[in-house]
Amino acid sequence: MGEGPALAHAQPSRTIEGNAVSTTLEAAELAAVRADFPLLERTLRGGKRLVYLDSGATSQKPDVVLDAEQDFYLQRNAAVHRGAHQLAEEATEAFEDARARVASFVGASPGEIVWTSNATAGINLVAYAMSNASVGRGGAAAERFALGPGDEIVVTEVEHHANLVPWQELAARTGATLRWIGVADDGRLRTEELATVVTDRTRVLAFTHASNVTGAITDVAAFVARAREVGALTVLDACQSVPHLPVDLHALGVDFAAFSGHKMLAPTGVGALYGRRELLEAMPPVTTGGSMVEVVTMAQTTYAPPPQRFEAGTQMVSQAVAMGAAATYLSDLGMDAVAAHEAHLAGLLLDAVASVPGVRVIGPTDTRDRLATVSFVVDGVHAHDVGQVLDDAGVAVRVGHHCAQPLHRRFGVAATARASAAVYTTDEEIEVFREALAGVRAFFGVTDEREGVA
Amino acid sequence: MSSSMEQLYQQVILDHAKFPHGRGLGEAVVGVHSAQSHQVNPTCGDEVTLQVDVDDAGVVRGVRWDGQGCSISQASVSVLHDLVVDQPLSTVDRLAGSFRELMQSKGQGLDDEDAEEALGDAAAFTGVGKFSARVKCALLGWVALDDALIKTGAPRTEREDA
Repeated sequence: MGEGPALAHAQPSRTIEGNAVSTTLEAAELAAVRADFPLLERTLRGGKRLVYLDSGATSQKPDVVLDAEQDFYLQRNAAVHRGAHQLAEEATEAFEDARARVASFVGASPGEIVWTSNATAGINLVAYAMSNASVGRGGAAAERFALGPGDEIVVTEVEHHANLVPWQELAARTGATLRWIGVADDGRLRTEELATVVTDRTRVLAFTHASNVTGAITDVAAFVARAREVGALTVLDACQSVPHLPVDLHALGVDFAAFSGHKMLAPTGVGALYGRRELLEAMPPVTTGGSMVEVVTMAQTTYAPPPQRFEAGTQMVSQAVAMGAAATYLSDLGMDAVAAHEAHLAGLLLDAVASVPGVRVIGPTDTRDRLATVSFVVDGVHAHDVGQVLDDAGVAVRVGHHCAQPLHRRFGVAATARASAAVYTTDEEIEVFREALAGVRAFFGVTDEREGVA
Repeated sequence: MSSSMEQLYQQVILDHAKFPHGRGLGEAVVGVHSAQSHQVNPTCGDEVTLQVDVDDAGVVRGVRWDGQGCSISQASVSVLHDLVVDQPLSTVDRLAGSFRELMQSKGQGLDDEDAEEALGDAAAFTGVGKFSARVKCALLGWVALDDALIKTGAPRTEREDA
């Protein structure tokens, strides 16, 4: 975006000494990052400082992202991919430049990134394209996506509903069978079950890169290797990984991946679906109408090449432009540094929860291959009440089932509280969280008889 | 703790949450119209299953319930149990209407002092109205009661949906 918004932001120098610990954000750099997020400065009821530990649900937005969206409307708003006037050209350039930024951020080519309204829409797009292929749409090229009775779709027990329900529905429409990989007591996937659950009948293996509840990071290589052995397509839910870890989709070797903008510092209303180019070219469209066609007659239509084939109707242009700015912002910080900072925060969160009697983590209690997303139950106090006490201290956490009811059922709990950090989270905030959490059981008069449960 | 927290979690609410009244499902006594309703708050997973018995004179003769959820949702069903058992449906509907209104008062309470007085322990939920995310918790049992009463087929008074 040569004449685009000023996307550069203050980047304090960082000392990189060649190991993960030293590439974490330094204090001055973290302070500079926080200064980019105006909302983090606000206060709540009673003048309490906000401690935002709900980034797993949605992230806060830096100035450069908000400015990019506003700049689009102030300077170059026009319909994209149509019209020959200068504004239309500039709008189209901004839109496609954002696609390239997002693609580069996740190790993909621009032609492999389809804009979607959110990650849920991206996963549904793949599921419905397969549904269409199953009834013969897309011709011979799309036969590889067709499912029927005898075929199997494999998911996992930790999935967010967004990567479970679309596959239940696809199975119901096509007669395919849904199976799943289980989760161990420590919250990690039973990767060894790939050998038995994934078979020659498996056509799709859909799994999350990192659980939004347990924070556990999946051994993607093992899943991809097993899927390739049996010729199954892989669909990765990358919502929780892309904002927090370096992600290279080509290196991971997955066939499809979906992630949302709003969890990676961008606005709501935009997400991205990655598909290997060869697959997107063979896949039939789902939503049809304007902008996704080649030749339309009264009788029939031929379709545009991807990604436009999957982008019917007016797109969320300003949000896409802002998502491009978010990708650049995170790239400039360096995802290795972001991940190192958050690995440090994961340790602090686990220590904080472990320090309070009667609190039990649902998920791994070590920092290996996990996000700074820690879900927990407080013995004798419902998660909603836990969240209310934390809120009173200005600490924002998520409570409930986090759109993962089967996983909660697996652990025998109806709801958990979840603290999730992001690049802008500080050590001091986690200490405020710890102090507030320490007061929860006393507030509800829960005795210490059952201490040791944790 | 802040004063709004103390208003939210009144001692009477904490007591009902800890020692709930009417908990445990079972068989209705003979000669009444009984029905059951299961309600879920999909945002947090709170659940309540409530059984109600109404006799031929239109009096609530029994309320039994089971559930799991936060202290607000569970205490609210317990208080509901105490309020409506042995009351005619006209009174039950009036109480339900008052409670809904209370939940929408944003913590201010009801203008009608008599109506608020009639709510008894349920008036302790006034502070819940300040926390819009918690209003659904407090109403969960009342929604179940309303649904179960409809299922009994007992004639109801006109209810104003607040």
